[in-house]
Amino acid sequence: MNVLLLSEINNGELSLDATARAVTAVKGIGEITVLCAGTTVSVAAEAAARIEGVSKVLVAEDTAFGHRLAEPTAALIVSLAQDYSHIVAPATADAKNILPRIAALLDVMVISDVSRVVDADTFERPIYAGNAIQTVRSTDAIKLASIRTSTLNAASLGGAAPIETINGFDDPSLSEWVEDKIAESDRPDLTSASVIVSGGRGVGSEADFAMIGRLADKLGAAVGASRAAVDAGFAPNDWQVGQTGKVVAPDLYIAIGISGAIQHLAGMKDSRIIVAINKDEEAPIFQIADFGLVADLFETVPELTDAL
Amino acid sequence: MKVLVPIKRVIDYNVKVRVKSDGSGVDLANVKMSMNPFDEIAVEEAVRLKEAGKANEVVVVSIGVKQAQETLRTALAMGADRAILIVTTEDPQDDIEPLAIAKLLKAVCEEEKPALVICGKQAIDNDMNATGQMLSAMLGWAQATFASKVTFDGDRATVTREVDGGLQTIKVRIPAVITVDLRLNEPRYASLPNIMKSKKKPLTEKTPSDYAIDISPRLEVVKTVEPDARKAGVIVSSVGELVAKLRQAGAIG
Repeated sequence: MNVLLLSEINNGELSLDATARAVTAVKGIGEITVLCAGTTVSVAAEAAARIEGVSKVLVAEDTAFGHRLAEPTAALIVSLAQDYSHIVAPATADAKNILPRIAALLDVMVISDVSRVVDADTFERPIYAGNAIQTVRSTDAIKLASIRTSTLNAASLGGAAPIETINGFDDPSLSEWVEDKIAESDRPDLTSASVIVSGGRGVGSEADFAMIGRLADKLGAAVGASRAAVDAGFAPNDWQVGQTGKVVAPDLYIAIGISGAIQHLAGMKDSRIIVAINKDEEAPIFQIADFGLVADLFETVPELTDAL
Repeated sequence: MKVLVPIKRVIDYNVKVRVKSDGSGVDLANVKMSMNPFDEIAVEEAVRLKEAGKANEVVVVSIGVKQAQETLRTALAMGADRAILIVTTEDPQDDIEPLAIAKLLKAVCEEEKPALVICGKQAIDNDMNATGQMLSAMLGWAQATFASKVTFDGDRATVTREVDGGLQTIKVRIPAVITVDLRLNEPRYASLPNIMKSKKKPLTEKTPSDYAIDISPRLEVVKTVEPDARKAGVIVSSVGELVAKLRQAGAIG
């Protein structure tokens, strides 16, 4: 069995944490080859080569791969697919964009958001916003899966896998990149942060969301948001935690002014410790919180920020 | 420009999901079913394109049980012109995999020749997030997934996409498949006169054999179980007590 792992690369930089966690998920299956595709990925490839358990790193450099457009990246992976029994990637927005396209071109099913690799053919994944866990066995010759990495430990570093460059790409030229609006932040990445402070509709406004940020900064935490807060314009879309946003499992998750719709719980209920602050004592979030505080967040959050 | 919108009948998003105790799946008997919320956004976008004079026909397609007629009627009441239902099963527990759905939709596209397919980014039942990408690949079209803004200029669509770090804008060549995210629009409620009118709009029924397509699944469902429940913890009475508890639990330094 051979596994091809598509690594997540942004502006030439490897998402080391997500890639190393995905390695942990598939290391029992077979030899792991990590694919680094982008405009310039030599630095990313060197980082990937250090992950223990990686047998080989493939480098594919072309401007067409630079902005993670689905069509050229899928074409590249399809051209490599025959050497592999498994093609996997961390379950990022990019992977979810690209993997189903590859699956269709190979005439196989895709297995999205795998939460546990049971064996080489069998996978667990949440359905119905995490209200059920389904175990599926694939009958396809090539298994394609995106892997949720939030509850996995990252594989350690210290390896030295060989790096091989591949050439000769076919860009179908169906789409072109215009721009990325990526928020620059000194805060940790939401999907790998050990502490997350999240705000919901109860926070009330974009200006008041700064209060969530101040508490997060005090804790060295990432900032998250519920769908309601994002829809209301209090927070940007990339902060959304939930069924259709990011799935997180930090050591500590502090939910502020979040009622706890099942779609939100789907994205954070694997957190080690959950704290809920909400003035509505009937809010469903209290049913899963380890520590609940029924109080007005406008008084409580500054007080908590000062107390830490 | 003709726009095709695939829609799925799923468990209503407000319904509490119950997993069957024999592990065979989620109980869908006597449960309220609705249009997949992402697909409502897709229908809304297509109808707005028609209202803006950019589209001349909106065709909605559903694949599944016969009762999906109701879901299609909802889309017709929102403003779609015509509906196609491909009846694949009588059992509402049968979920057809995105690969098979995409193959059927490809066949429909070859007949209907739309310039654009707009669909929801995922269905809230199987949460696969795959059909649009698969259809685009099979047709050899461009794809623009997770759209939060779409504009048209000649044979190009400019699409802003919700991605992990923020937003990405791309230009795709039409024909294309666009999958929509939550922030694209706010779907309308159908008015009573439009609901009445929708009953007279054409709805054609087909079967997979009309398209000679094999829809047998590639994934065998071994079991479906409830996730481990998380127990409610304690309610603390003050910020001081909260901080003490968090220190005790080793959650903060």
